[in-house]
Amino acid sequence: MIQLVWLVPVLPLAGFLINGLFRNSLSKGMTGIVGCGVLLASFILSLLIFGEVRHEGFQSVTVTLFDFISVDKLHIPFAFQVDQLSALFLLIITGVGFLIHLYSTAYMHEEEAPHYARYFSYLNLFVFSMLLLVLGANYVILFIGWEGVGLCSYLLIGYWFKNVDYTNAAKKAFIMNRIGDLGFLIAIFWMINQFGSVTFGEVFSAAQGAPVKVLTGITLLLFVGATGKSAQIPLYTWLPDAMAGPTPVSALIHAATMVTAGIYMIARSNILYSLAPLTQNVVAIIGLATALLAATIALKQNDIKKVLAYSTVSQLGYMFLGLGVGAYTGAVFHVMTHAFFKALLFLGAGSVIHAMGGEQDIRKMGGLRKHVGTTHWTFLVGCIAIAGIPPFSGFFSKDEILAGAFGKSPVYYAVGVFTALLTAFYMFRLYATTFLGNFRGTHEQEHHLHESPAAMTIPLVVLALLAAVAGFLGVPEAFAKDSHWLAHFLDPIFAHNATAEHAAEAGASQEWMLMGISVAVALIGVIAAWTRFSKKPDLAEPAGFGKVLANKWYVDELYDAIIVRPLYAISKFLNNFIERFIDWIVNGVGRLVQYGGRQLRLLQSGQVGGYVLLMVVGILVLFLVELFVKK
Amino acid sequence: MPINYYIFLSLALFCIGVAGVLTRRNAIIIFMCVELMLNAVNLLLVAFSKMHQHALAAGNPGAGIDGQIFVFFIMVVAAAEVSVGLAIIVMMYRNTHSTDVNFLNRLKH
Repeated sequence: MIQLVWLVPVLPLAGFLINGLFRNSLSKGMTGIVGCGVLLASFILSLLIFGEVRHEGFQSVTVTLFDFISVDKLHIPFAFQVDQLSALFLLIITGVGFLIHLYSTAYMHEEEAPHYARYFSYLNLFVFSMLLLVLGANYVILFIGWEGVGLCSYLLIGYWFKNVDYTNAAKKAFIMNRIGDLGFLIAIFWMINQFGSVTFGEVFSAAQGAPVKVLTGITLLLFVGATGKSAQIPLYTWLPDAMAGPTPVSALIHAATMVTAGIYMIARSNILYSLAPLTQNVVAIIGLATALLAATIALKQNDIKKVLAYSTVSQLGYMFLGLGVGAYTGAVFHVMTHAFFKALLFLGAGSVIHAMGGEQDIRKMGGLRKHVGTTHWTFLVGCIAIAGIPPFSGFFSKDEILAGAFGKSPVYYAVGVFTALLTAFYMFRLYATTFLGNFRGTHEQEHHLHESPAAMTIPLVVLALLAAVAGFLGVPEAFAKDSHWLAHFLDPIFAHNATAEHAAEAGASQEWMLMGISVAVALIGVIAAWTRFSKKPDLAEPAGFGKVLANKWYVDELYDAIIVRPLYAISKFLNNFIERFIDWIVNGVGRLVQYGGRQLRLLQSGQVGGYVLLMVVGILVLFLVELFVKK
Repeated sequence: MPINYYIFLSLALFCIGVAGVLTRRNAIIIFMCVELMLNAVNLLLVAFSKMHQHALAAGNPGAGIDGQIFVFFIMVVAAAEVSVGLAIIVMMYRNTHSTDVNFLNRLKH
């Protein structure tokens, strides 16, 4: 079965080709069936593979397809690696991906058939690239997938390409990602130079004896790549703008899968990171800072998707905190639970937007509880899960990261808990403003309100169930011995797992205390937001500090002032002076040739006499040369 | 007779030929001048050949004969060339009613 793993990414690729090439002839129904069908098949294959990987003592399997690059001593095979980590990501990507494809068939139904097929082909291409990313057995294959998802993200953000703002958002996302990718690329070159290989296993075993400075450099550069893809400071500003794409795209790419690629890459390279403590600290601090910054911004956003976008940035920050403090299992666990509840929240938001006829401003919503029943309760489940209230999934994964952070430093823990408070608060602000109170939209919108079709609500219900119960895969050891199934499962991947070590030394009482604190904090946030916003929503224009938050700390303006404008100025200078000089040289060469041609043309007169004269002169010259010069 | 006389005669003939080709526009006269140049060379070849023959020993009757054979070759080639050349001039006259070579300068376009 595992030898057939190449089918998992190839199926979505086939879907991409079919939908992309025949987009003008396929009906919408066929497009949907192809788009979802290939994903379902991939999901079933992934399940079968997972079934084999799950067995006790499973050793990682490498499936080599062909030799990709072979230069001198460097060999880069096109190979897939199946182990616990990639099998888990396969399940998340194909499972959540399938649900989102299904949801899209209804959400995008108003598009014309060719554009509908274009949408599904992009989506399939994205899943293909993402699967390539997690299956690759070396950094180069990972990088191919990494670039592929970046491209698909660009294509899908700019899906409605007639809107200039949307295409600008797409370009922003692409350029920001490219900045990060440069770091990743340099890291790969450095690895080739240092270890002579990019295959995971070989790099990790060679790294044991490498100097710490080199490892720090490589891991920092890899982390630069991760900050771009996973939207961390300083490259996070593209993610909120990426909400220009269709909502299911936000759910799939900008919440559940692509943005977790950075987490995957660092979790995959955990051996390198464990050998470079400095980088680990940088990762933890950047993660924590991003989590806090994004959470504060989310407090004052009024666009339903923007709130979720900042919440995603914040949760990704948590995951990096987990990676930085060595709680790799916690980070991967949070990737999984986050994929469930954030996909759920985005799809729920999509359902709300669908019901409101395209309205995204929560100030114009309110009281939707009565109109969109299923969406309402699934959204509530998502909010509870992200707020971290037991026994919903977010509690377990977030708590594991926080426990890891406490093991490293109480300061990390304190900031993390404060961010958790903010998270609970802004999520329930969003919930209360959208679903509670009275309806504040126009009369027409109120009339139009309706629950979404089954193709949209079924994924919501499935994701809500997953968001509710997925946490039980990683119940802390304090509850019962060997109850943390996920840690046990991922044990072969993570050599130095801080969580496990920490849990062993800290003892149960401390663990209970930490859990108690996070639950209490989450409850405070929820109750505060609920009481404050359910009756009297936050409609007023923000003033003072609130205005700073609503304007996202003016980070976009700052980047504009220190990077974009100087760049424009330099471009203008180059265009006006350097470019002109180069033009002058190039055109000068052209003019010289033209002039020479015009002059030489006169020799070709067509007069036989002239030719003969030249011939005689030529012979005479040769004669004279022979006589006088050669001697 | 000294060899110098032959050399200067053929040099004179050759220069007349060159000057004729350069200055005249009538194709037939140019043609005749070309023939003049060829025959100047022929004359020179025969002269050198004869000189060579005298210089060599009497016991070698075939010595220096190459130059004279060469002359026959040149005559044959010249005859062939004349037939083709005259045919071209006839065709040229039929098409343009003139044998002026400057009239035929269309190849430059």
